[in-house]
Amino acid sequence: MEYAIEMLNIRKEFPGIVANDNITIQLQKGEIHALLGENGAGKSTLMNVLFGLYQPEKGEIRVNGKEVHITNPNIANDLGIGMVHQHFMLVEPFTVTQNIVLGSEPTNKLGKIDLAKARNEIQALSDRYGLQVNPDAKISEISVGMQQRVEILKTLYRGAEVLIFDEPTAVLTPQEIKELIEIMRSLIKEGKSIILITHKLKEIMEVCDRCTVIRKGKGIGTVNVSETNTTDLASLMVGREVSFKTEKIVAQPTDTVLQIKDLYVRDARKVDLVKGLDLEVRAGEIVGIAGVDGNGQSELVEAITGLSKARAGSIKVNNKEISNLSPRKITESGVGHIPQDRHKYGLVLDYTIGENIVLQTYYQKPYSKAKVLSYKEIFDKANKIIEEYDVRTPSVYTKARALSGGNQQKAIIGREVDRSPNLLIATQPTRGLDVGAIEFIHQKLIEERDKGRAILLVSFELDEIINVSDRIAVMFDGKVVANVKPEETNEQELGLLMAGSQVNKAGETSQ
Amino acid sequence: MTSNSKHFGLLVPIISVIIGLIAGAIIMLLSGHNPIEGYAALWAGAFGDSYTIGETIRRSTPLILTGLAVAFAFKTGLFNIGAEGQVIVGWLAAVWIGLAIDAPMIIHLPVAILAGAIAGGLWGFLPGLLKAKLGVHEVIITIMMNYIALHVTNAIIRNVLTDQGTTTEPIAGTASLASEWLQSITFYSRIHYGILIALFAAFIMWFIIERTSYGYELKAVGFNRHASNYAGMNVSKNIILSMVIGGGFAGLAGAMEGLGTYGTISVMSGFTNLGFDGIAVALLGANNAFGVILAGLLFGVLKEGAGEMPTTAGVPTELVDIIIALIIFFVASSYIIRWALSRFKKEGK
Repeated sequence: MEYAIEMLNIRKEFPGIVANDNITIQLQKGEIHALLGENGAGKSTLMNVLFGLYQPEKGEIRVNGKEVHITNPNIANDLGIGMVHQHFMLVEPFTVTQNIVLGSEPTNKLGKIDLAKARNEIQALSDRYGLQVNPDAKISEISVGMQQRVEILKTLYRGAEVLIFDEPTAVLTPQEIKELIEIMRSLIKEGKSIILITHKLKEIMEVCDRCTVIRKGKGIGTVNVSETNTTDLASLMVGREVSFKTEKIVAQPTDTVLQIKDLYVRDARKVDLVKGLDLEVRAGEIVGIAGVDGNGQSELVEAITGLSKARAGSIKVNNKEISNLSPRKITESGVGHIPQDRHKYGLVLDYTIGENIVLQTYYQKPYSKAKVLSYKEIFDKANKIIEEYDVRTPSVYTKARALSGGNQQKAIIGREVDRSPNLLIATQPTRGLDVGAIEFIHQKLIEERDKGRAILLVSFELDEIINVSDRIAVMFDGKVVANVKPEETNEQELGLLMAGSQVNKAGETSQ
Repeated sequence: MTSNSKHFGLLVPIISVIIGLIAGAIIMLLSGHNPIEGYAALWAGAFGDSYTIGETIRRSTPLILTGLAVAFAFKTGLFNIGAEGQVIVGWLAAVWIGLAIDAPMIIHLPVAILAGAIAGGLWGFLPGLLKAKLGVHEVIITIMMNYIALHVTNAIIRNVLTDQGTTTEPIAGTASLASEWLQSITFYSRIHYGILIALFAAFIMWFIIERTSYGYELKAVGFNRHASNYAGMNVSKNIILSMVIGGGFAGLAGAMEGLGTYGTISVMSGFTNLGFDGIAVALLGANNAFGVILAGLLFGVLKEGAGEMPTTAGVPTELVDIIIALIIFFVASSYIIRWALSRFKKEGK
């Protein structure tokens, strides 16, 4: 068997922890190989070893059968290893071509950059792999999916034979994910090899040939994807049985908590993105909003929480009009919000976990008396929450920045749920999290439902919507176009509804 | 990890000061002066006798306050270049009250001090308002406000407080911070009670920032405006509040000069530089109230001691400005020092 890359018995230690303990991964030529593990399992460390950012204490790396010593990223580059990062490294005001040549600009004899030549090469590469990237477009003007393709082109332009994709689908819409999978297949057809770092099991089943699993820094083994299933992969990754089907009793909805009528919301460009939306969420039920990103979901949530103004219409919580009140007034009237972007909105990353736990309540008793803070009360509260919500942190005095995404999210959820809001809005609550954390968060949402809270769940993951919701409202072009029951629908039907198709009673679809 | 970074936070300014002094010595050597004599003169100029000690403290007082003015705004993520203008209007307001009102000291002095703080706060309010409501960058506005302060103050001194004169009458004794007792024990230096006000102001800053819900909001807005808005804080209000309090500290610095050191205000041909030095003091003090006190004292020592250098050691006073500049350079490029420190630690293992 011919291997493009072999990492054999890699061990990497950091002071106090072993990040990689005897991990072996062998990438065959022309395969898509998944690297599966929970957040913090050591995937990034392993790839950083391959990239020469870290030197392993033990172990051997071979490229095309020959032992190599990769001491810095340039060597990895020269060996034909390219990385498509999760967070794109692109210069927004530059064109696609300028971004791709950055760092290895082709020059003529006088040292002038020959962009025309580079442009043609990039166009040729884009055509060859079916990427459909316009080399002259500015990064700031193209979609996230296109930006990712620019990152792929960057590695190809530098002659990469092995491409490493780091959580590539985390930022993509379902349609873009489909297209990415096509691109990966065409890369393989052209003789490239791919390592796919992910914790989304469905993608592995769909696109990968083999899968190497690591857990808590240890290599668990490599399996052929055709001989396994998602349940087995999940238990390999987490080390215990994982249930995908979230267990829950039938919802017992009671009074209406959130009532939205004929709501219009504008975005920053003064364009209506929510256009006459009606929605109701009752106590004791979870309503899931399904929809393709950009159909007004973010604007809807911002209007309910007071982060954006409603242009027209009414939003009532417990029969009290809250539209266009300040975020504080809305929070005080019993709305909890797990925001989509936890770094931008959910946390002050430079504050400690303890300080973040009181982000909305710091001015109230007992955290504050006569404007003077009581840190004892604040940290006592934080200790209670990190215990109850299993937030893994060295202490409540640790900065939020230092925690993993899953633990940051658990802290936010703990904070929002602990306030016992009547209405809890969760936007993409499990984005970028691993199976264990997802399970935990889904359970918490259902627990809150059973306590009689009204829950509005916005997610782009159809699995999540179908699994967790008691009722699904499909949003398209700023309106709720359909209300369906999760047990009476499937991903295909939802997908069509989300694309704007009408469904008649016989289940047939028409444009 | 946290104790480690605190350790670094303290080490970096200290090492920067040491490297700055060494670099200054090298420059003295290269320009044909004796660095030991030079620094001896600096020391004598700052601590040589009770008079110079008094003058050193006198000089440090406004520097601590302007350092606080810059540091406070910085905690909310704002760069207050306008401390200079805030000093000037604070000085003017304090002296004006000192001249215009007849009242017993117990009323007159606090009112005059407060007038300085309010004037400075007002001068910070405007850039804060423009930043909060219209998004105008505070650096641009505060720089412009400095010029407005300078020229408006000069015009008022000429046309309102005097009849085309250049210096006002001395303020009433009831508004003066000067202390005969302090002067007598420092051989009639110009030291005044202002230093107590500066130390108290530093305590106030520490208390607001670290212990109150106001400080919690101000810092949150400085770290992450979006999350602060999400959490229900009024971001605009906090930006304005931060600039007003920062301006108030700078206004106090002006009041110290007006009510303590000089007892008058004169037409200025250029800036006092107290506000600009405040930027350096805040930077060296790591925007921390206690750090600002130490940095302000150090700057006072360097600036006061410099006066002795030309007479005893023949070293030009400008050299002290170079040393100060070098210290700031090393603090600003603290990355290099941090890198060297972590390198040193690793090898020491």
